[in-house]
Amino acid sequence: MPIQIKRLLLVFAFFIALMLVIRYFLKPDSWGKMGPYRYEALKEIANKEPKYVDLASCEMCHDTIVKIKIEGEHKSINCQTCHGPGYKHINEPDTSNIEKPKGREFCVRCHAKNSARPENIVKQIDAIEHNKGEVCITCHNPHKPWQ
Amino acid sequence: MAIENKNFSRRDFFRKSGAVAGSVIFASLLNPFKKVYAVEEPKGKSKWYGIGIDIEKCIGCASCVRACKNENDVPKEPFFFRNWVEQYVITNDGDVKVSSPNGGIDGYKQIVPKEDIYKSFFVPKMCNHCSKSPCTQVCPVGASFETKEGLALVDKSYCIGCGYCVQACPYGCRYINPKEGVVDKCTLCYHRLQKGIDPACMTVCPTGARIFGDLHDKESSIAKFIKENNCVVLKPQLNTGAKLFYNALSQEVH
Repeated sequence: MPIQIKRLLLVFAFFIALMLVIRYFLKPDSWGKMGPYRYEALKEIANKEPKYVDLASCEMCHDTIVKIKIEGEHKSINCQTCHGPGYKHINEPDTSNIEKPKGREFCVRCHAKNSARPENIVKQIDAIEHNKGEVCITCHNPHKPWQ
Repeated sequence: MAIENKNFSRRDFFRKSGAVAGSVIFASLLNPFKKVYAVEEPKGKSKWYGIGIDIEKCIGCASCVRACKNENDVPKEPFFFRNWVEQYVITNDGDVKVSSPNGGIDGYKQIVPKEDIYKSFFVPKMCNHCSKSPCTQVCPVGASFETKEGLALVDKSYCIGCGYCVQACPYGCRYINPKEGVVDKCTLCYHRLQKGIDPACMTVCPTGARIFGDLHDKESSIAKFIKENNCVVLKPQLNTGAKLFYNALSQEVH
């Protein structure tokens, strides 16, 4: 074997050994447990606190409103679809309140006339001409729109 | 062009057959590396998540987009989305117009007068949680991976923010979080699933247009949805193993 090749092999062996040593110290413990990734990352992702709460938490205090809602057209809609995430309000009900959208522009997100919107799913109105200037909630109760 | 009538020798034949057999054996040696580019669908009862979207029920309110931004601390500015809703308008002339102003959060305008519209509908989009996902294959540091439940997730403490996966995703479902400097994407609310509650977008959908569940459990809502409807996935020709099923999807959508 020529001397150049021998030296080259030595250099290769050195760098491979170096790589293995570095790998030994840097590889996280849970690497490769389920696949080519750090298994601990799953727990880190799962640790996040949910912000949208379940319906039972709303019903605990606001049972009268929930009862009204399940009689009306909006019965299938979750409270937090309109009112925003409830986690803060549940923890500190006195200091932190939920969102209470009041303007026309909120309601027309669902109810403005649009050809892309399926007519059998949602009632639609002309967003500009329908009772011009009035706020929707003066006529419609958002929890039971046809009350 | 006439077929060349060339005489092959026996030696030639053996040599070429040997080359083919050698290639096949070499390719089979690569099999242990399969888990780098595809997660194996578990057999039996273990969970294998799929998502369904019923286009016929979507009213384009973008509650799902708002909910996702709130739940997962996605930056409020435009262009950072884990999910978004597109409005498709196909005119009588055959033009296809797609609009998604700020992901749909601020509502939609009807951009074409009604008499010119041939067809119009909303298409909510999000991560397809592919089983052979192009995004996890390109990660140079092993920060993007797929769980055994078939969810594509990101290990944020390992991500170096190189953006290869952002380019690799054929559905455009990843973005670089400007605050953290690392990539962010839909986790199907993994933190909620582990606690036994539905993902935020599914929770707030007012019409039940979004469905998810275990594809292996034939009684789950997603399995019933696929059974009862004729469902397709986006870009099936890419063989990504997408698990986001659309009902009544027009061929113009891609």
